[in-house]
Amino acid sequence: MYAYIVRRLLMLVPVLFGVSVFIFVIMRIVPGDVAMTILGTDATPESLRQLREDFGLNLPIYQQYFEWMAGVLTGDFGESMRTGKEVLPDILNRFKLTFELTLISAVISWVIAIPLGIIAAIKRNSKADFGVRLISLLGVSVPNFALATVLILVLALFFSYSPPVGYVGFFADPATNLQIMILPSIVLGTAMAGAVMRMTRSSILEVLRQDFIRTIRAKGARERVVIFQHALRNAMIPILTIIGMQIGTLLGGTVIIEQIFSLPGLGQLVLTAITQRDFTVVQGAVLFIAFVFVLINLLVDLLYSYLDPRITYK
Amino acid sequence: MKSFFERLRKDKVGLIGFLGIFIVILIGLLSPFIAPYSPEQMFTEHTMEGPSRQFIFGTDEFGRDIFSRIVYGTQVSLKVGIIAVGIGAGCGLIFGLISGYFQGKVDQVIMRIMDVFFAFPDILLALAIVAVLGPSLTNTMIAIGIVFTPVFTRTVRAAVIAVKENEYITSAVAIGVNPINIILKHITPNILAPFIVQITLALSGAILTEAALSFLGLGIQPPNPSWGVMLDASRTYMEFAPWTILFPAGAIVFTIFCFNLFGDSLRDILDPKMK
Repeated sequence: MYAYIVRRLLMLVPVLFGVSVFIFVIMRIVPGDVAMTILGTDATPESLRQLREDFGLNLPIYQQYFEWMAGVLTGDFGESMRTGKEVLPDILNRFKLTFELTLISAVISWVIAIPLGIIAAIKRNSKADFGVRLISLLGVSVPNFALATVLILVLALFFSYSPPVGYVGFFADPATNLQIMILPSIVLGTAMAGAVMRMTRSSILEVLRQDFIRTIRAKGARERVVIFQHALRNAMIPILTIIGMQIGTLLGGTVIIEQIFSLPGLGQLVLTAITQRDFTVVQGAVLFIAFVFVLINLLVDLLYSYLDPRITYK
Repeated sequence: MKSFFERLRKDKVGLIGFLGIFIVILIGLLSPFIAPYSPEQMFTEHTMEGPSRQFIFGTDEFGRDIFSRIVYGTQVSLKVGIIAVGIGAGCGLIFGLISGYFQGKVDQVIMRIMDVFFAFPDILLALAIVAVLGPSLTNTMIAIGIVFTPVFTRTVRAAVIAVKENEYITSAVAIGVNPINIILKHITPNILAPFIVQITLALSGAILTEAALSFLGLGIQPPNPSWGVMLDASRTYMEFAPWTILFPAGAIVFTIFCFNLFGDSLRDILDPKMK
């Protein structure tokens, strides 16, 4: 098992290397002079030269990459070209918010999706099943930015409520923090719930058709035991796969949701950096997000063997 | 083909989706005849008016007819959907066929490159590509096409590997048929089912991604009538003019919903296990 984990971690190295090259090159081929974009058209040749020197923009591209990579490997992601702030601490600081947002959204989606998916599967072809399928399809069809804007509108029009502006950390003031995070989390969670609900329904149905379920029922086990101890556990693998895939979508979704709710998270950092062409921040943040993304996928893979002991990794 | 339509006719949910898509396509094709006004025509004396007989979905902050903009926006969404998915599916088909048929080192190289693309959340990858190409309709389509290439490559590759095991392929190889002929005449027709399902699902994804990019100001640029642009523009005054947001949001949801309904049914119909 440990050997497998180490091997999988080593396999991440070429992927992350590819990501780093891709994002580095793509930021370098953005048309126009980045120094001019940052300093403005009235910048003096002297200040432009200084900026290029400070950020190594005058070096050959491969040298710029190696210098950046050498820094990344020692935990130094460089400084923002716009604010001069260290990139890594900023990323980690903002990631706390994005992580919390992703986590609450994921929990909301599980709480909605798994029970409803189970109900739909047990009561197949009933009105309840039809209702759940309709909700889940709506869940995957409503874009989160549309849901967010309509939700804000409805709350403002009918309840005179507008979501709090600004951000307070969970440990500083849990009540205010949750008040800030709940709406964006509901929006993100609903979209994810649709996909999880569909997968829960179909994989439970698949398991319920199998022989071992008939045997358990024949032995006189209560339906609750059949569903929760046997069917759900066996159905968990495809559900978990979709959850893993959805976490990536959630991480991407935060880019839009943080923008709408003015949350200073990692998504907002990336978006602002892209529009301002802040190379160092985009490179660092995108590499970081890709790292988290592939790590989550690895964790999901490892969870399979916990859920289904027949799966062993060598 | 006949059995496909028979199965679709029996599947009411899929049929609803199919009809919905048909309506959306019809609106897109007939936009100039359906829309009462040009999408950019400004009625300055009618700014931010609610739905009325003259403007059935109301007007926006420049006095433009929202109904006409949504109708023309259908064209934009469909165009982006079809061309972006065309790019993604085309590239994915080529890479997937090569990767799945030849395997070995070529497969390793192609799939490792795809792994790199898979390491990005979709919207982030699209954002990065648009940042390089610059925000515009064409670039949005290219960016979305690139984002969708890996998923098509994986789908096609998996299908090719499965089909390749069949005896008729082994026979074709044994009698010395040219690999290109094997791929084109014997493999491609047999991998179309998962490929078509993926296309339907990707179409809704592409329309959604375009709307998201445009909403963030990095996709299609105003005054082009994209649903995402309309949603973004109306955010600032939605409390005073809710119709400016509800109708474009409704158009997006309806379209994506129909594509998903149809895509789901298509998957059931084309999946041999479900027959």
